[in-house]
Amino acid sequence: MNANAARPRIGLFVTCLVDLLRPGVGFAAVKLLESAGCIVEVPGGQTCCGQPAYNSGDLSAARALAKQTIQAMESYDYVVLPSGSCAGTLRDYPRLLAVEPVWRQRAQELAERTFELTSFLVDVLGWDAVDAEFPATVTYHDSCAGLRQLGIKQQPRRLLAKVAGLDLRELRETEDCCGFGGTFCVKYPELSTRLADDKIADIEQTGARAVLGGDLGCLLHIAGRLHRRGSPVKAYHVAEVLAGMADQGIGEDKP
Amino acid sequence: MKSTAHLFPEQARAALTDENLQAALRFAKGGFIDKRAASVARYPDFETLRERGRRIKDHTLAHLDVYLERFAAAVEARGGHVHWAPDAAAARSILLDICRRAGARTVIKGKTMVGEEIGVNAALEEAGLEVVETDLGEYIIQLAKEPPSHIIAPAVHKTRAQICKLFAEHHGSPDTLREAPELVAEARRVLREKFLAADVGITGGNFLVAETGTVVLVTNEGNGDLCLTLPRVHVVLAGIEKLVPTLDDAATMVRLLVRSATGQDISTYTTFITGARRQDEADGPDEYHMVLLDNGRSRMLGDEFREMLRCIRCGSCLNHCPVYNAVGGHAYGWVYPGPMGSVLTPQIIGLDATKDLPNACTLNGRCQEICPVKIPLPDLLRRLRALQFERGLIRGPQCWALRLWGWLARRPALYHGLTALIARLSPRGAARRLPLDSGWTQSRDFPLPQRTTFQRAWSRQAKEERRHD
Repeated sequence: MNANAARPRIGLFVTCLVDLLRPGVGFAAVKLLESAGCIVEVPGGQTCCGQPAYNSGDLSAARALAKQTIQAMESYDYVVLPSGSCAGTLRDYPRLLAVEPVWRQRAQELAERTFELTSFLVDVLGWDAVDAEFPATVTYHDSCAGLRQLGIKQQPRRLLAKVAGLDLRELRETEDCCGFGGTFCVKYPELSTRLADDKIADIEQTGARAVLGGDLGCLLHIAGRLHRRGSPVKAYHVAEVLAGMADQGIGEDKP
Repeated sequence: MKSTAHLFPEQARAALTDENLQAALRFAKGGFIDKRAASVARYPDFETLRERGRRIKDHTLAHLDVYLERFAAAVEARGGHVHWAPDAAAARSILLDICRRAGARTVIKGKTMVGEEIGVNAALEEAGLEVVETDLGEYIIQLAKEPPSHIIAPAVHKTRAQICKLFAEHHGSPDTLREAPELVAEARRVLREKFLAADVGITGGNFLVAETGTVVLVTNEGNGDLCLTLPRVHVVLAGIEKLVPTLDDAATMVRLLVRSATGQDISTYTTFITGARRQDEADGPDEYHMVLLDNGRSRMLGDEFREMLRCIRCGSCLNHCPVYNAVGGHAYGWVYPGPMGSVLTPQIIGLDATKDLPNACTLNGRCQEICPVKIPLPDLLRRLRALQFERGLIRGPQCWALRLWGWLARRPALYHGLTALIARLSPRGAARRLPLDSGWTQSRDFPLPQRTTFQRAWSRQAKEERRHD
C-alpha cells in the first residue's frame, strides 16, 4: 500500500439527525476514523440524504437531494456515514437517478465508495484497534436497513468486543424491527409504539443497562419510549461507545 | 368482499387492544417463522431454489399469452371446459351458470383466495345455493361469518376457546374448552355429510401446468381431493398468473411454496388434477371446468408492478411482517393482507380506496428477504407511495412538514443557519410535547438538540485550530 492509500480521505456525511440532535455521534465518528488512519473532512454542502422524501414518494425532492449530496461528497476517496439507512439511501441513488444517465453514472461511482461507519472500519480498513472502556452490560439493536440492505451484523459486534468492560448480551429477536420506520412512526404512532414496546421488553429481559445501535432514527424512537416509560435503560449510538464518548444517554440532560 | 381498507388506521388501533386477537397472533407468530427457518435450513441450497423459482415465474410472465393458450388447449383436449373471466363479476356469473346447468343445490369448496377475491360464496348463496367451506380454517370463519385473516391460515386470528364456542353454537356440542384433535374430528363428522351430498366442488389451484393442462393443488387436510372426487362437477378457480410451463417447474415451485408457507418439506396432499374422470378411472367428476381470472392481472403485466405477479401466495411475508403480526389480517380490510396484500390490493381495487396500505410499513425489508420468488415488496410499496404523491393523494400537515423539510434541505446555507439557531434556542433533555406535533409525543418523549449542531461545532473547531496553527 502506498502512503496515500494508507491515509484515505474521507467525506463524513453526518446525517441530518446526528447533525441536529446528537452532534456527539459525529465527533465520535471523526475520532474513530482518525484513529484508523483516515483524513476526515465534513463538507458543508451536505444536509439530508433525501431518505424521508424517497420513502414518502416525493421523488423530485429525493432526486434533488441526491444530486446535492453527490456534488458535496464525490471528491472524496470514501463517503462514510454513522447510519445504515442513510448509507443505504446513498447506495440507492443510482436507481433513484436511473433515468438521467450522467447523474446515474456519478451516483454509481459514489455508491461504490459509500459505507456505513462500522462496516467501513471493519470491512474496508480491517481496523479494530478500539481504545475505549464501557464497564456495563449492554445489548445491541440491529437496524433493518443496515442489517438487510448492507449486511451489517458482525462489524459492530467485532468492534464492541474490544471495548474494555463491555458485556454484550444479545436480544432474543435480533432481527425484529423496532417500529421506527421513518415517517411511519408519526403516521401510525400506536403501531409504532407497540413495536417499540415489544423491542423494549426484549431489551429489558437481557438485563442490559444500555441499548446500542447504529442508526439514530431507531435510537431516538427507542430512547423516547424508554424515557416515557421511566425506564433506567439508556440508549447510545455505537460510535459513541467505541470512541469512549458515551456520556449522557440519548434524551438525557443531567448536569 | 366489500373493502374496508380505507379504515386501516381505526381497524389497526382496534386490533391492538383486542385481547383474543393478540393472544392468537402471539401463538401463531413464532411457529410459522421457526418452522420455515428449520425447513429452509434442511434444504441443501434454498437460495438457488429461490433464484430458479424467480426465473420460472419471470419467464412464464414474459410469455404468458403463449402458456395460457397452451394450457387451455391441453385442458380442452382432455374434455375440460375453459372459461376466461376478465373481472370478478364475470367470474361470479360463470360459476353461477355452471352450478345452474348442473342443477346444483349444494356446493363444497376448498380454500381459494381467488374465490374470496371475487366473492363467490355470497354470489352463490344469493342464488339459493348452500355453500360449505371444507378447509378447517375456512369452515371456522364461515361459521363465524368472517373473512379470512391470513392467506394460508384463514382462522389464525381465532383462539381455541373461540373455536370451541363457535362449534358449540353450530353443532350443539358441549361448550367447554376442548383439545384440537377433538375439534378436528367433530368438524370432519359434520363435513363428511356435506361432501357426500354436494353437487359441485370448487377448489383453487396453486400451479397450472401449461404442457399438460394439469392443476397442482397443495393441501394438508385432503379436503381438496374430496372436493374433486365426490361431486359430479368440479370447478377450479385460479388467477392467470398461476401458470408454469412444465411439470418440472411445478415441482420446483411446490418445494418453494410448501417450505415457505408451513415449513413442511412436502404438504400432506399434493394433488395433480388433469380433467374429468376418464373411462378407465375409478374416481373423479363427470364434468370439469377451469375458470381463469384476470381482474387486473394483465394490466399489472404491463406496468411497474409486474413482479408482484410472481407471488405464489405462501403467506410467508405476512408471517415475517411486524405490522401484520401486531394487527392481524382483518385490519387491512380486504382479501389479501400483509406486505403482498398492501401491494396487490391497490392494484385490484384502486389506490384511492387503499391509501394507508402502502404506508403502513416500516420498510424493514424482512418480507423481501424471505420471499420465495424474491419479490422486492418494499420497493413496490415505495413505488405505490410515489404514485400516491404524484396523484396528490397524500395530504395533511405531515405532507406539508415533509415538503418544507425538502425545500430547506436543498438550501444548505439557510439550512445550517436555521438548524444551528433551533439547536441554540431549544431546551435540552427530552420533550414530553412538541409544538404542532401529532404523532411522536403521544407515546414517546422527544430527545432534543444539545445546544449546537454538529456542523456549527465542527466549523468552530476548525476555526480554533486555524487560530492555533
